[in-house]
Amino acid sequence: MRLEIKNLSVYYGKIEALKGISLVVNQGEIVTLIGANGAGKTTTLKTISGLRPVTSGEIVFDGVNINQIPAYERADLGISQAPEGRGIFPGMTVLENLEMGKYNRKTRKAEMSEDLARVYELFPRLKERATQAGGTLSGGEQQMLAIGRALMARPKVLLLDEPSMGLAPMMIQNIFNIITEINNQGVTILLVEQNAQQALSRAHRAYVLEIGKITKEAKAKDLLNDPHVKSAYLGTGAHEIF
Amino acid sequence: MDFELLFSEFPSLTFDGIALGAIYALISLGYTLVYGVLRLINFAHSEVFMIGTFAALLASSDIMGINIEDEPISGAKLILTIIVCLVVAMLTSGIVAVLVELVAYRRLRNRGASKLATLISAIGVSITLVEAFRIMTDSLPREFPRFFEKSFIADIFGAQIRNDKLLVIFAAGVMMFVLDQFISKTRIGKGIRAVSQDEQTSVLMGININKVVTVTFLMGGLMAGAAAFFYVLVYENTSFRVGFFLGISAFTAAVLGGIGNIRGALVGGFALGLLEVYGSVLLGTAWKHVIAFTILVLVLLLKPTGLLGESIQQARV
Repeated sequence: MRLEIKNLSVYYGKIEALKGISLVVNQGEIVTLIGANGAGKTTTLKTISGLRPVTSGEIVFDGVNINQIPAYERADLGISQAPEGRGIFPGMTVLENLEMGKYNRKTRKAEMSEDLARVYELFPRLKERATQAGGTLSGGEQQMLAIGRALMARPKVLLLDEPSMGLAPMMIQNIFNIITEINNQGVTILLVEQNAQQALSRAHRAYVLEIGKITKEAKAKDLLNDPHVKSAYLGTGAHEIF
Repeated sequence: MDFELLFSEFPSLTFDGIALGAIYALISLGYTLVYGVLRLINFAHSEVFMIGTFAALLASSDIMGINIEDEPISGAKLILTIIVCLVVAMLTSGIVAVLVELVAYRRLRNRGASKLATLISAIGVSITLVEAFRIMTDSLPREFPRFFEKSFIADIFGAQIRNDKLLVIFAAGVMMFVLDQFISKTRIGKGIRAVSQDEQTSVLMGININKVVTVTFLMGGLMAGAAAFFYVLVYENTSFRVGFFLGISAFTAAVLGGIGNIRGALVGGFALGLLEVYGSVLLGTAWKHVIAFTILVLVLLLKPTGLLGESIQQARV
């Protein structure tokens, strides 16, 4: 598995949201993309998933340019996303939400129950709430459901869009522990985060995105000590919170 | 205000209201399904229904060879005739609904046109179809043959049960049950629910929106076609303008129940059917729409999302 973005530009109407960014995600890595609100992080993930059209540049997945592949076929390629705002189907039960993660897999029942078991092992809370409607879950539970649902597709690469957003500190810790665990099981992850402290301490490599441009690329640990990153994204006192 | 008649005939009126409500409910399913998936009021849906009535008429005369003057039929031929007319009406309406979407909505949608443009397109399709049928039928109503002698076959709690209306209630009930199971149990049914609840996430799950939209229009069309056959079976006539009031009433039923919500469409349909029947006895048939729509406005003033409607964030289908 290798996901490579080459010189990608994306426009929203006349506004250039991404101004020629390039990045690489290699097999087994956690790569994080950090940046402020409006930097283009979510646009990057949406474009990889095919929800936003490419203006110029290339998205290459496993050596193939996927620019023209429709969004609904990209899940089958092995690209899964837990979207911004979690995207839970509120009127469906937790179990139905998880099953939607395998919508296109003409899988045997065995594979379905195998994958369910795997997700329930990571998130025992989801098993307890299997018959409950997705809309009645707490924010943290919904985030677990979004990640679990994305895992149901057996992704080659998992795209996570701000998994910590709107969660209590305890739950944030919990979610990041699980992200690390999923990665240890062999899933490659591209993590978009505003919580730079957590993201950088969990990831292998990191990119800093500022108003549509990649301004830094380094090992995640190194960026934790980078003076610019420290002042712009980590802030004073961030260490005391966690 | 003839309250005496309303009370003395209440059970029979209720039965009639349920039969009428069943027809409304079947049509309103098409409005609510399409609204759920596309957030679009498909104004051409009333014409999908209208075309269904003519398809049933054509099936009875050209396939089954039954004419207006013919004696009522019975036995196996009666059952076969009913099934053929029902199936032809359903298929025709289903195909018309799918074609309307392909021709009038899909290109607009894929090019990112505004909802308003699509709405205008819907109204345009509706007027085109009505006018085409007006010309083809010389603006004249058409009679539908009486397949069997209509009679009161039972008396339940004082309600006079007429055989054709009982058949309609029963058959409509079966269809609603099948549709409900289809939506809640099958893979494509779950796809429809998913798109209704969160379109963007549905795409991420690998759902082909265009395919879901086609199936949604097909389902709505099949239900409208069934309603069309039931309508001509009970009322024994149709015309190019039949879709207008039935369509408006069914749309009202969908809003009354909470548009986008399937069970809401059923509740709304039956509620409207009952209101119209009770209303026509109280104030005269001429007033039935006034009463029904006054109540609609009152309900919406008190509960803008409709009887079973929930906020956009909540469950829809």
